[in-house]
Amino acid sequence: MTELLFRLLRTKQGAVGAAILLVVTLVCVAGPYVAPYDPEKLDFLGRFAAPGARHWLGGDQLGRDVLSRLLTGARTTVPAALAATLLGTLAGALVGTLSAYLGGRWDEAIMRTVDAVMALPGLLLALLVASTLSKGGLGAAAAIAVAFAPGMARVTRSVALTVRRQEYVAAAIARGESGARIVLREMLPNVAAPVVVEVTIRVAFAVMLFATLSFLGLGAQPPAPEWGLMVSEGRRFLHQAPWLVIAPGVAIALTAIGFNLLGDGLRDAMNPRDER
Amino acid sequence: MSARWLLRRALLVVYTLLVVSLLVFGITQVLPADAAVTLLGENATPAALAAVRTRLGLNDPVWWQYWHWLSAVLVGDFGTSMRTGQAVGPVMLVALSRSLLLAACSITLMLVVAVPLGIVAALRRGRLADVLAGLVSYLGVSVPEFVTATVVLVVFADQLHWLPATGYVPLTENFGSGLFHLIAPVLTISLVLVAHVSRMVRSETVDVLASDYVRAAWLKGLPPRVVLLRHVLRNALLPVVTIVALDVGYLLGGIIVVEEIFAVPGIGRQLLVAIEARDLPAMQAGALIMAATYAVANFLADLAYAGLDRRIRYD
Repeated sequence: MTELLFRLLRTKQGAVGAAILLVVTLVCVAGPYVAPYDPEKLDFLGRFAAPGARHWLGGDQLGRDVLSRLLTGARTTVPAALAATLLGTLAGALVGTLSAYLGGRWDEAIMRTVDAVMALPGLLLALLVASTLSKGGLGAAAAIAVAFAPGMARVTRSVALTVRRQEYVAAAIARGESGARIVLREMLPNVAAPVVVEVTIRVAFAVMLFATLSFLGLGAQPPAPEWGLMVSEGRRFLHQAPWLVIAPGVAIALTAIGFNLLGDGLRDAMNPRDER
Repeated sequence: MSARWLLRRALLVVYTLLVVSLLVFGITQVLPADAAVTLLGENATPAALAAVRTRLGLNDPVWWQYWHWLSAVLVGDFGTSMRTGQAVGPVMLVALSRSLLLAACSITLMLVVAVPLGIVAALRRGRLADVLAGLVSYLGVSVPEFVTATVVLVVFADQLHWLPATGYVPLTENFGSGLFHLIAPVLTISLVLVAHVSRMVRSETVDVLASDYVRAAWLKGLPPRVVLLRHVLRNALLPVVTIVALDVGYLLGGIIVVEEIFAVPGIGRQLLVAIEARDLPAMQAGALIMAATYAVANFLADLAYAGLDRRIRYD
């Protein structure tokens, strides 16, 4: 584990990704405490304040401090994206591993159904699911989890097929253990490691998807300082205050780049010979 | 490519649409919206609501409603919109044609940019061009479309005044102006695709460059142009066909946001409007048509792949 971390930090992508995510984590933990203003405090005189000494990243259409909103907003977007990815991965991994364990016709039927669900674009599936839930960050996160599950099922199945052929699975079957026990106790833990790369890259996607849902009005609701929502609200004042869009846009992009880089670094660290 | 394989592949498309239809219908069933209330408004009398429910068949069992809906869809009747009262099918198909135009332009631009970019990055591995291409691709996959679209709007429409801000002009009405209005949305969509596909092209090219047959071609003393075009390009581009087809799903998702921002009346925008208004028939039709587009695109990509690569024999 320490060796993997060491190798990860020696890859260029891994090091940069880890550094970015360290900052993101710090912001998530300490953001509201270091924020210079209350993120929801209105200040009529500070409306559209240009970035400067008083407001480092400027003020928005209601005079709220953009930096404070960014710092506080990280607590909505990042945990939601993480939770959605983990939930979607867990659901997908269960289906994928079960499918590989059952094999044969069942495997065929399950995977063709998974493929079929994936004919709906991820964003559309998330939008449809989110519309059935109550508006808000929780509903959006659940919707993203649903949208991620089929893709993760496909990825885990391919890994689980190799695991299925391992001797310890054969041994468990010989011991007469139940299918549920074999899938949950023997296969799932061994599927986890190789899937980590895919999961890390998915978090980047989840951050973008969550912000997109909020942007479209099906995620976090005003006056929450959510990054996608900030872009959506600031868009109307683009001409007079471009920082309202640029600041949250950069925050979203940076977080997503961090997870993408970390994922690529992890891949290189896990397959040291495959140098691309 | 045997007839059996073709039939199997076609059946999979049918199965896909069946699953999607069940899924979409299921989602619209659990939607916290009463179709009768959506149709008549909050102030309708109970008697009027009951009459509408009977007319729409909302009191029938769910499976019967599904069958009723599906059998109508199979003959091309997607129902009438609860919002506008128009037939949903034709409206969605017109919207789809606009989206497909947008998608086709984006894929063309993407191929023109991504393929050379990926190949140059692979040939100059580790050098400046490679690093720059890598940077662009990281940006492309990490910036959501709604941010890219907004930046494109600020830079090209607002500041430089090179492009019109938003809106859509049909090509049949004014070809030049129509194309002009498409530039900004196409730029936005292509960026993500370029990022994704150029990375794939690069990694495929790196693999092919290291292969024995390419080394043999160099050692035979063939001119670089011949080696690159005949040996490298042909083999590196094959997998790209599949990637592009898979990206169609991503493209269709991205198109929803881009159409909304640039006010292109395509299928993505229609779907968003339908979701916001809880317009069930429009939601069902839009989602089903989008999934069908994806399934057919992948079917065609498989055909193209099998046709291009003689080594592949499906049975």
